[in-house]
Amino acid sequence: MNSATAPTMQTPPAPPAATHEQPAAALPRLLAGIPASGAMTLEDHLAVHGEMPLTGTRRRRQAREQAAGLIDEVQRAGLLGHGGAAFPAATKMRAVASQRRRAIVVVNAAEGEPASLKDRTLLEIVPHLVIDGGVLAARAVGADEVIVCACESAHAGIEAATRAIEERDERVSSQAPKVRLATVPSHYVAGQETALVSHLNGAPARPTFTPPMTFEQGVARRPTLVNNAETLAHLALIARHGASWFRQVGTPTQPGSALVTLAGPVARPGVYEIEHGASLSSLVAAAGGASARLHGVLVGGYAGSWIGAEHLHGLALSNEHLAPHGATFGAGVVLALSELACPVAETARLARWLAGQSTRQCGPCVHGLDALATSVAQIAAGGAQARAARRVDQLASLVARRGACGHPDGAVRVILSAMDAFQAQFADHARHGPCDACARPPELPLPARTVPSGTQRTALRR
Amino acid sequence: MSHRVRVNPIACEAHGMCAELLPERITLDEWGYPLLDEQPLRGAEVEHAIRAARACPTFALLVARERDAARDGSR
Amino acid sequence: MSAVLVASAGPSVYWYLTRSTGAVALLLLSLAIALGVIDVQRWSSPRWPRFVIDSLHRNVSLLAMVFLVLHILTSVLDSFASISLIDAVVPFVGSYRPFWLGLGAVSFDLLIAVVITSLLRQRIGFASWRAVHWLTYASWPVALLHGFGTGSDANSTWLLALSIVCVAIVLAAVLARVLRGWPANLRARGAALGGAGAFALFLALWLPGGPLGSEWARRSGTPTALLSHSKSTTATSTGRR
Repeated sequence: MNSATAPTMQTPPAPPAATHEQPAAALPRLLAGIPASGAMTLEDHLAVHGEMPLTGTRRRRQAREQAAGLIDEVQRAGLLGHGGAAFPAATKMRAVASQRRRAIVVVNAAEGEPASLKDRTLLEIVPHLVIDGGVLAARAVGADEVIVCACESAHAGIEAATRAIEERDERVSSQAPKVRLATVPSHYVAGQETALVSHLNGAPARPTFTPPMTFEQGVARRPTLVNNAETLAHLALIARHGASWFRQVGTPTQPGSALVTLAGPVARPGVYEIEHGASLSSLVAAAGGASARLHGVLVGGYAGSWIGAEHLHGLALSNEHLAPHGATFGAGVVLALSELACPVAETARLARWLAGQSTRQCGPCVHGLDALATSVAQIAAGGAQARAARRVDQLASLVARRGACGHPDGAVRVILSAMDAFQAQFADHARHGPCDACARPPELPLPARTVPSGTQRTALRR
Repeated sequence: MSHRVRVNPIACEAHGMCAELLPERITLDEWGYPLLDEQPLRGAEVEHAIRAARACPTFALLVARERDAARDGSR
Repeated sequence: MSAVLVASAGPSVYWYLTRSTGAVALLLLSLAIALGVIDVQRWSSPRWPRFVIDSLHRNVSLLAMVFLVLHILTSVLDSFASISLIDAVVPFVGSYRPFWLGLGAVSFDLLIAVVITSLLRQRIGFASWRAVHWLTYASWPVALLHGFGTGSDANSTWLLALSIVCVAIVLAAVLARVLRGWPANLRARGAALGGAGAFALFLALWLPGGPLGSEWARRSGTPTALLSHSKSTTATSTGRR
C-alpha cells in the first residue's frame, strides 16, 4: 500500500493556497501518515488531519448554514464520485438535502469489482477519514444516520471499521449522526446503488427499477445519499482544507487525487494514490516497473475499456485524457495484461463471467450477455469470425440501456473495446483457432461469486 | 405535457401484448422483449399506449408524463 | 314460477336453473383455466393475438362468476332444500348435504379471492396477485366434487358427458402447463402432475360407487324429510326427485 509521488502535472497549477494551515499540495492526501501496518487509530488520525470541522450545533439555522456552506465548498472543489460514474458530489448532496423527509447516508465500500482494492484498503487503514466523510455528508444533507457498507469478504476492513466506530462512540454527542456498519455480499452488482439500498432494506442485493430514485426514496423509504467510500474520504479533507487546496492537484475538470488499484505484471501491484491526469508510466514506475511487456491495459474495471499497447505511451489517467481512447477513469482499476496472455481467451472468460454475474432480472441482459459470451467464445475457438463479429455488434445495440442497471452496458463496452484493442489477435483466432497462449493460466481475476437470481421467465414462444 | 412509453425491464416477462397494441412504437426483439421508440407520443397514440399499459399482465409498460420531471409513471 | 306447485309437480324451475347455471359455470371455469394456461404459455396466432387471448381469459372468468352467482341465487330461491345465502360463503353449516354443499362454498370463496385480487391488481402488486391466482387450480376440483355430490341427477347422461368434457379440458391444461412451464422447478412440476393423476384416479374409483351409485342421496346427507322425494333416484336419467 504505497502512495505514488506526484508526477509532473499535465496542466497549469491551481492558484496559490490562501491559509497558513493548509498542508503541502503534494501527495499523499488520503494515504498521508499511514502506519506501517494496521489501521490509523483515532489518535493518529487526529494528529495527521486535525479535528473534524462542523462538530454540530443545536441551533437549526446555524446547522443549515453550515450544511449549505459545506455543499458549496464541495461544489467549488469540483469533487466527483469515485465509484465509477464520476457524478458531481455536490449535485447529489443537494438533491438529497432538498427532500423533505430526514435523510440517511450510505458509505459504499461494497467494491464488487474483483480487480479493485481501494475501498477496502481505505476502510482497513484510514477508517476514520472515511467515517468523517460520512458524518460530514450526513450533516450536509440533514441525515441522522450513517451506514458504512463493507464487503462481507473484506475482514480486515470490517474489523478496522468496527473498531473505529467504537473509538468514536465515546466522543460523540447525542445529536451526532449514528454510525453503524453493515456487510454486503460480494457479487459484482451488489455495490450498485439500488442493489445496495435493496440489501439494506432486507431484500436480495439486486438492482431495482427507478423511479423512485435513491435520493428520493432509498433505505427505509427515506432520501438516501449513497457515496463511494473514497469520495467521502476526499470530502473529509475538503471540509478541513478547502476547495482551493483540493484543486491544487489534478486537472481542472477532474481535480484532486484518486486511488488506483494497479494489477498485473508489475513489481509491486496494489493501491496507489495519484493525482488525476498523472501518467500511466509514472504510476507503473512508482510500482517498481513492469515485469513483462504488455498487450494492453484495462482501465476503469470490468465495465471499463481496454487500451492497446500502442497507445500506452504518454497515456494519462483522467477522464479527459482517456476519452479519445474510448475509456474512462471509472473505479480506478488499472489492470495490465502481459504479452504472455491471450487477450482473446481472457476476453472470452470475462464475457462468460459477466454473463454469470447478471442478477437475471431483465430479459435483454440475461439473453444478451449469454449470447455475447457465446459469440466471443466462438471467435476464440476459431468459428466464422465475420458472422460472430456481426452478431457481437448486433447484440451490443440490442442490449445497451435495456436493463435496470448498467451491467449489460458495461459488459458490452469492455468486450467491444477488447475486440477493438486486440484486433490482430481476434482476427488470428478467427482464422486459426486457439493459440499457444490460450492454454496458459488465466491472468484476469474472475472469482466465482454466487448471485441472488431473479426469476426471468424465458419467453416460451419463439 | 408530453407522454412517452417506458418499460420496467425487471417486471417485463415478454408477454408481448404491448407490441400488438402499440405497434407504431413497440417491436419485439428476438427474445420477445420490447424495443421502445421513446419519442413523445402523438395524438391518438397516447390512448393506445394507455390501453397497452393496462393490458400488460405484469404492469411493466408505463406511460410517463413528461412534465413531472420526466419520471412519474401513470398507467 | 309459483313455489306452491313445487311439492306436487316435481322439480321447480329454480332447480333446473340452479343445475344448469352450475353446469355452465363449471364449464366456463374449465375454459377459463385452459385459456389461462394458453395465456401464460404465450401462445398466439395472427387471428388470435396475445391481447385477445388475455382478454378472453379475463372475460370468460368473469362470465363464469356471473353464472356462479345465478347458480347460488337460484339454489337459494329453490324451496326444495332450505339453502340460505350464508351457505354460499360459509361452508358446511347448511342442512342439505352439508359437506357437499360446503365444498361449493369453499370453491366460491377461493374464486372470490381470485376475482377481488384481480380487480385490485394494480394496488396489491404482481407477486401477491399471482400467489392468490394459483388458488384457481384448487377451486376447480372442489367445484367438480361439489357438483357430483349435491346433484341428485348425477346419472343423467348430459351432465356426465359435460363433467367428462370439463375434466378433459382441465387435465389437458394442467399437462400443458406442467410440461412446458417452470423450466427449473422439476419438483413442483412432478407434484402437480402427480396430483392431477391422483385426482383423475380418485374420480374413476369413487364415482361409480358414490354419486353414480344407489342410495347416494341418503349417504350424502339429504335431510330425511326430503328423502322420500329422492327415493326414485336410480340410474335412470329423469332427473326427478
